[in-house]
Formats: sequence, C-alpha cells, structure tokens
Amino acid sequence: MADMKTAPAAAVATAPGPAGTAATVLSGRKGRIRRHWRLYAAISPFYLLFLCFGLIPAGFSLFLAFQRWDGLGDMEYAGLSQFRYLLADTQFWDAVVNTLEIWAMGTLPMLFIALVSAVMLNSAVRFKGVYRFAYFVPSVTSVVAVAVIFGSIFSTSFGLMNAVLKTVGISEVAWLNEPWGIKVAVAALMTWQWTGYNAIIFLAGLQTIPTELYEAARVDGAGPIRTFFSVTMPMMRPVILFTVVVSTITGLQSFSESQVLLGRNDGLSTFAGGPEHAGQTVVLYFFQQTFDNNDFGYGAAIAWAIFMIVVVFSLINWRLVNRREKG
Amino acid sequence: MSRTKGAMARGVSLHTALIAGVLLSVFPFYLAVVMATRTSSEIFSYPPKLWPGSHFRENVGHLFDNIDFFGSMLNSLIVAGTVTVLVLFFDSLAAFVFAKFDFPGRKLLFGLMMGIFMLPAQLSAIPQFVIMAKLGWIGSLTALIVPAAANAFGIFWMRQYMTGAIHDELMDASRLDGCSFLRQYWHVALPVVRPGLAFLGIFTFMSQWNDYAWPLIALTNPDHVTLQVALSQLNSVHSMTDYGMVMAGALLALIPLLIMFIFAARHFIADLAKGAIR
Repeated sequence: MADMKTAPAAAVATAPGPAGTAATVLSGRKGRIRRHWRLYAAISPFYLLFLCFGLIPAGFSLFLAFQRWDGLGDMEYAGLSQFRYLLADTQFWDAVVNTLEIWAMGTLPMLFIALVSAVMLNSAVRFKGVYRFAYFVPSVTSVVAVAVIFGSIFSTSFGLMNAVLKTVGISEVAWLNEPWGIKVAVAALMTWQWTGYNAIIFLAGLQTIPTELYEAARVDGAGPIRTFFSVTMPMMRPVILFTVVVSTITGLQSFSESQVLLGRNDGLSTFAGGPEHAGQTVVLYFFQQTFDNNDFGYGAAIAWAIFMIVVVFSLINWRLVNRREKG
Repeated sequence: MSRTKGAMARGVSLHTALIAGVLLSVFPFYLAVVMATRTSSEIFSYPPKLWPGSHFRENVGHLFDNIDFFGSMLNSLIVAGTVTVLVLFFDSLAAFVFAKFDFPGRKLLFGLMMGIFMLPAQLSAIPQFVIMAKLGWIGSLTALIVPAAANAFGIFWMRQYMTGAIHDELMDASRLDGCSFLRQYWHVALPVVRPGLAFLGIFTFMSQWNDYAWPLIALTNPDHVTLQVALSQLNSVHSMTDYGMVMAGALLALIPLLIMFIFAARHFIADLAKGAIR
C-alpha cells in the first residue's frame, strides 16, 4: 500500500496555489488539512454513510458480543465468555474449514481460468461483443435461479451430472448428500457464476495498458510469453490485487450459495448447510446461532470472529501479491 | 506464407478455446430456459429433459397471477437506477482522490475503508434496521437507496483501475493548464476510465437488482416490494414449489440486466476501437 503513487504527491506539494505563493505560507498540519479540503469533501459521502449505517450498527454489534441476549428480554453482561466458548466450539471451526475448502476449490482455479480467458478475449479480434456477453451472463443471474439450476444438475435421481456418469459407466453419486459432494457442488456453482465476472475485470485492466508498450516490446523482439510477463503482468498488478482481495473477502463471507442450494435438504434448518453440516459456511453458522437459536450475543461474537479471519487472510494476500510483483 | 498460416492456426485454436468457454457459461442458462418452459413434473423426471417444452406461457401466467410482476419491477428499476448513478459519482470521485493525490490521513482513511469492506454485512443488519425504523424509512425505497449510495467495493475498484489508467503526465499537464480539482476529475479522469465506470455501473445495477436479503427485511409493505423479494415469495406461497414458474420469473427478471449490459458493453468496445486507432 505504501509504495503506491508517491509521484503525484510531490507534484501537489509543489503546485502553485490559486493565490500564487499563498500555498507555501500555509504550513503545519492544520494548514495542510485546510489546503486539501476539496479532497476531503470528495471522499466524505462514503464516510458519512458509513458512520450512520456501518460504524454505529457495527459498534452496537461489538457491544452485543459481550452480552447474552435472545433479542427480546433483558441483556446480561457476559464478558469474554462467548469468545472463550467460540474458541472451543467445534461446529464453528468446522464451518471455518468448510468455508476455506470451498473457497480454495472455487476461487483459486476461478482466478487462473479468468486471467487466461481475459488474455484470450483481449486478443480475439472478431465476435468480441458476443464472447463478453456470454462470459458475463452467469454473474448477472440471481443466486436463487442459479441454485435451482445447479440443484437439478447435481440431483441424485434426476440430475444431469449423474446421467452423464451413468452413460460412461460410473455409478451415480448422491452429490447433495455426501459431505465432499456438497462442497464440489457449491464450489462448481461459485466457479461457474464468477469466472466470467473476474475475466471481465481482468479484461478491463488489460485495456488500460497503452498499446505503445506492446509496440515497444515487439520492436525489442520480445515474444508473446516474454511480453506477457514483462508488460502485461506488471501493468495488471493493481487489478490482480483487486480480484484477489475481493474474491477472498467475498469467498470467506459466502453463504447464499450454500443456503439456497442446501436449505431445503432433509428438513434441516435452512442455515445447516446440508447433511453433516458439510456445506455450512461461517456466515451460515452465524445465521443459525442468531436466528434459529435466538442467541444474538453469540451471533455477534461469531460475526466479529469472521471479520478477524477475513482481515488476516486479506493482509496475507496483500503481502503476497505485492511481494511477488516486486520481485 | 507460413507466417499467416501460423497466425491462422493460432486464431482457430483461440476461437475454439473461447467457444468452449462460451458453451460452459451459457449451458446452465440454457437449462434455465428448458425449466421455464416445462412443468414441475417434467423437470423432475429421468432422463433429464434437454429441450425446451411448451409450457412457458402457462408458467408466465401463473407467475403474473401470484405476484405483481411489473409493479415490483418498477420498484427494482427505481432502486437499482438511482443507486447506480449515485455510486458511479461518489465512488469514482473518492477513488480519484485516493489514486492520484496525497493528503494527511490518506493511508489511514483508505485502510479504514478496506476494514469496512471486510465487515460481514450481516454484522450490522439488525442494528441498521433499528436505525432505519427511527428515521422512518422502513417500508420505503429510501431504506434501500441511501445506505447503498457509496460503497467500499466501488472505491477500491475505481482506485485500482485509475492507478493504472490515468498517467501521471496527464495529471501534471492538466495541473499546469490550471485545471481545478473538479475539472481534473470531470475532464481528465472520467473520460479515461469509461470502461472501468461501465463495469462498476453494470455491477452495481446487477447487485442491487439481485439483492434480496436486505429488501426482504426493510420493505415491510407487501405491495411495495422489489422484484427479487416478489420472486422469493413464490417459494413460500406454495408448499410444493412450481419450479417452472420460478424459472420463468427469474428469466424475465434477467431481461433488464441484459439490456443494461449490452448498453454498457458498448463502452468497453468503443474503448478498444480507440486503442486500435491510437
């Protein structure tokens, strides 16, 4: 984060202010803040909205994490006991592992395929519009529709997946009743829905690379692979970082895929994540504790634990992507 | 010439790979069309039906009988349209500041924003409802529009995009020309980042259009719901879900998004053409 864009900063500092040399007179912290009031005004809408609808509610949730509350009666101070319980709560940790497994099965291959697709889309001269449209369609489809479709594809007795397996002589699999089958189905659903979306993001990034750079590389005699690693990858760095961070955050907070795909399974709770809780993500566990058990305090503690996990993973990501690109 | 032959072979394998990708991404969508044109008993039969049936009209009829499809679609259009315009403006303005300027507290404010981005949305849903109720917004579309008017995702995206797309020389030149901050934003930054904006636009519209958890909580008046809430009600109305009807509704609900995408995709393509001439 620190190494990004320091050059314009210097330019701002030396640029003459509207009143000629007046800018140099305004020194010190106060003066610097006053001089940049336009910048603060420009970013303020987000922070104002965040204050009203993010910070205050989140602060209340933090307060709740230290209370025992069923949502109706009186609150009772619980101190750190809910966090202590959380550390020993095997169902919570199972849900964490499920989330990470589904994330790894879905997100990592997805980003790789998306990058390859984007480079191909960028070099295709004909039918660009058609390709882009087709790749993007899955991500505009609502998760309810997607879940119905994938529920039918992975259905044990009527599903397409098993019909294909049968024709090649493999016995059918009860996808949505097997712990690993559930994870495969959820990861497949996510990969299908979001690969094209990430490809379009990469494509948008590819288009910001000036054509002069490619011409220069060609003049220097660089082949396509050399060009990819010396021109494309370095220029794509901000966008790659974006996709990695966003898909980590959204992947670790995913729940609707499992919820709508497995919600009606076997009369279990809609937040159970299917048989043996195999598809129960941490956010689903949060819903289960909060709304099935009416344990609002414990739910808040889980939500803050999810936040901590996401922060840790995002920091690791940020470090990894920054370092790899530097070397 | 062997060189053109090699280029042609590369072109053929490129398009083969791209078409394979298209088939993979469109196929489940095709299955949705199959389901929307069949009855529930046809959907749950073996072997799976792979061709569209003849019950689309019937399914759409059931859909219109059960929900106020066009009324809720209008609500969705109002919410998604307003939010998209606000997000494009507020997010790109803030992103421009974070991408191209330095000021006291920049790192702290950006870090704070990323922290907000990592907060699970569910975390604040209950207290948020209480605040909305105090403001008297529950039941009105304001409850959906105002909190969504600016977001960390869009600022992060536009900032990353602007970091690559707006060259420092361009910024320096406009500064020497005496451009004010707003002129720099409007005349220098925005024209360069049109593809990025087009993407943020469709994505915002799409996520607003498809969102149903918060609208389900906040829109208490059953006559005043968004399309996804109306569609989700179809599941609870009947003990045995009519999947053909649900799929027909989901497909019809997709149409505005597709129109929107075709409209925005033009900006992607326009940019490509410009790059080729340059």
